[in-house]
Amino acid sequence: MKAWAIHLMKLLFPPRVLLPDIIGIDIGLTIAALALLVYLTKTHRWGWLWREWLTTVDHKRIGIMYLIAALIMLFRGGVDALMIRTQLIGPHEHFMGIQQYDEVFTTHGTVMIFFMAMPLVIALFNVAVPLMIGARDVAFPRLNAISFWLFAVGAILLNVSFSIGGSPDAGWTSYAPYSELAFDPGVGENYFLLSLQVAGIGTIATAVNFLVTVLRLRAPGMSLSKMPVFAWSALITSSLILFAFPPLTVAMGLTMLDRLFHASFFTVSHQGMPMMYVNLFWIFGHPEVYILIMPAFGIFSEVVPTFSRKALFGYDAMVVSLLAISFLSYGVWVHHFFEMGAGPTVNVFFGLSTMLIAIPTGVKMFNWIFTMWGGRIRLTVPMLWQLSFIPTFVVGGATGVMLAVVPGDYQYHNTYFLIAHFHNVIVGGTVFGLLSGMYYWWSKMFGWQLNQRQGTWAFAFFFAGFWLTFMPQYFLGFMGMVRRMGTYPAGLGWTAFNFWSTIGSYLMAIGFLIMVYNIVWSRMHPNWDTTGDPWDGRTLEWSLPSPAPIYNFARIPVVHERDAWWEMKLQDRTDEVKISVDSVEPIHLPKNSPMPIILGLAFLVGSIGMVFSWFWLAILGALGIVADLAYGSFADQTEITLDPHYIIETESALGRLQS
Amino acid sequence: MSTPTTLPKEFQDQQESIRIMGFWVFLATDVALFGCLFSVYAVFRSRVALGPTPHQIFSLGPVLLETLILLTSSFTISLSLFAARRDRLKPALYCLILTLLLGASFVTLEIREFSHDVMAGHTWHQSAFLSAFFTLVGTHGSHVTFGVVWAIMLSMQLALRGLTVINRRKLYTFALYWHFLDIVWIFLFSIVYLTGIA
Repeated sequence: MKAWAIHLMKLLFPPRVLLPDIIGIDIGLTIAALALLVYLTKTHRWGWLWREWLTTVDHKRIGIMYLIAALIMLFRGGVDALMIRTQLIGPHEHFMGIQQYDEVFTTHGTVMIFFMAMPLVIALFNVAVPLMIGARDVAFPRLNAISFWLFAVGAILLNVSFSIGGSPDAGWTSYAPYSELAFDPGVGENYFLLSLQVAGIGTIATAVNFLVTVLRLRAPGMSLSKMPVFAWSALITSSLILFAFPPLTVAMGLTMLDRLFHASFFTVSHQGMPMMYVNLFWIFGHPEVYILIMPAFGIFSEVVPTFSRKALFGYDAMVVSLLAISFLSYGVWVHHFFEMGAGPTVNVFFGLSTMLIAIPTGVKMFNWIFTMWGGRIRLTVPMLWQLSFIPTFVVGGATGVMLAVVPGDYQYHNTYFLIAHFHNVIVGGTVFGLLSGMYYWWSKMFGWQLNQRQGTWAFAFFFAGFWLTFMPQYFLGFMGMVRRMGTYPAGLGWTAFNFWSTIGSYLMAIGFLIMVYNIVWSRMHPNWDTTGDPWDGRTLEWSLPSPAPIYNFARIPVVHERDAWWEMKLQDRTDEVKISVDSVEPIHLPKNSPMPIILGLAFLVGSIGMVFSWFWLAILGALGIVADLAYGSFADQTEITLDPHYIIETESALGRLQS
Repeated sequence: MSTPTTLPKEFQDQQESIRIMGFWVFLATDVALFGCLFSVYAVFRSRVALGPTPHQIFSLGPVLLETLILLTSSFTISLSLFAARRDRLKPALYCLILTLLLGASFVTLEIREFSHDVMAGHTWHQSAFLSAFFTLVGTHGSHVTFGVVWAIMLSMQLALRGLTVINRRKLYTFALYWHFLDIVWIFLFSIVYLTGIA
């Protein structure tokens, strides 16, 4: 073989990707991909796939694509978690080598935060927000599709790294100087940097989109104070993203300049400063955890009133506390590194501001409890996740306040106490919340409901497994076990706690499998949602059929009260959402466009060029991006007009014509 | 809320006015981006390692020229918008082209300045200060470059399609972007160059 070919093979397939398990997965994935290609060709689905999904700009479909991607990523990140826990089941365990262990925990964290939790949040924003504020789509539908494809490119980049080139291995935080070229050669970190930057651009675009959607596209009469709290949470989350993601872009960008172009930002040798990276990262990172939890708060504020048959208690306090948390979240980032040596004054400031966040969060807890108080509670699956969230999140929040005590933090900084704390809030808060929302809005997405009994079993296993996994880890933290340990000796008293923690993670995996079974079974035995309002809901999305027609509202409702749909039902005004044959106006909708997916492809090509330092390819990708943007800019026919006859036909098939 | 007729022309169409708002929100994220880079520069300014200090490599002449060019281009883009609001296509188009030429000459001068530094051996590898300097000023410069490409496409669209509702909005958002870059440059000029030379 020629020398350059050998060089290329070594670059693409270094020894760390030639482990037997990775090769096995490679073969399996290749077979699955081929099978999918054959299936799509045999059933002549390519045109359908292109027209209905890949070029769509419909927020409902984009939401579904986000959801599917997020569930696949939950599987990937979950397998990583099981590998980590299996390695730690007993002392001196060597299920994986240490290098692979480093790669797995890095991928676990990155996938779960950026490619599972974020897209699941955005999925539910897409599915529910336009419908609940009475809009026909988001403010910028094509930008919405661009967001999705940039997220997809980021996810692809991170996920191919383990089989081509090598995974990142510096932790999801990728602190300098570990992540610098001198200490971390190879392309793994490049994958991490590029995937987060590309996905980050998509996330910023989503934030712009939903901020403007919520502020400008609400139905007539829906003032901000009559808006559902989930829409509020979308608004506030978007504003957090707007100012939190640029620091991430800068942190990733400067690291990339260090690694690829020999700049000297975070290397000590030319008076660079690794702590600069850490500061930038957490100026992003702390608001990020609120970006993840706010939507969950929003979901619970919809789920609790619906299943308690009562209006939300303390609506104003709910909104004000969301705003307070978002404001405070920018003033706490130093609590991730009290050990930096910033001095007592600075540390006390950041410790106190951290503790302050407990106050608005506590207000919210009481408001949900008081909403349930005296209500007629139905223990549906969304409600089960909500009820279990309250004690779980309280424990997670309380341990967070413990971590904010500066002298205490010197003891348990970066131990398993911290690991237990943030899983307690991110799984117990965000994931419980998002799963609650997924079960809640499932029929609105697909038209059929998820089986409740199976959903309850999935919940039970996941919940029990969750507590069994993470409670022992608090004790491990007190006993001195630090995070990211690849293995540990016997005789430290850690063995039993680690063993039970691992068993707990297996229970969570069983819960996840039941959930997958639940989805597949419910698809095979569909329980059709014919009314569009299976939960006896309160907000406008339940006034629509499930799934909603492409134009959402044939007639935009006029809102008089909070919980607009509930009021219409109480006052017998439900005919207001139906159309009469002689009053139908044509509807303008955005047209499908291939521009977003082509933009994603250009970003993919350019990113691969950057990852492997093939700059000719990076330039090619950049030219592709500019060309595609120009193509998008010159396309003038961007709307289609739906004929009134089509609308009347669709609505009458759904039984929604006024008699 | 004023009635539609009293609104400026770019805002009279509901959808286009929503797009202008979206652009404002995007500019907010760009402020955050530059804010981070300025903070990095402020911290790294004195960390010159074995490389030159700001005082040693900055010279006022070319930077002052760049400043004048960029400020003039901000004036010409305003003229373009002014003409567009009076439905005068040709002056609007010519002022836009003038703006993009000024932008291009700004970028040329900046590249000259950078390559001069690099030729003298002052690459960004040399120190944290130089890394922060080249990145902060370079990010602004690449924004201007992107703006020039954008202006080329916009002038083509104006020439082909005239002052349509969409093109009015595009010209308006471009003007916002251009003024924003001008404001960033004012901060660069004073915080990076003037305090560095002093």
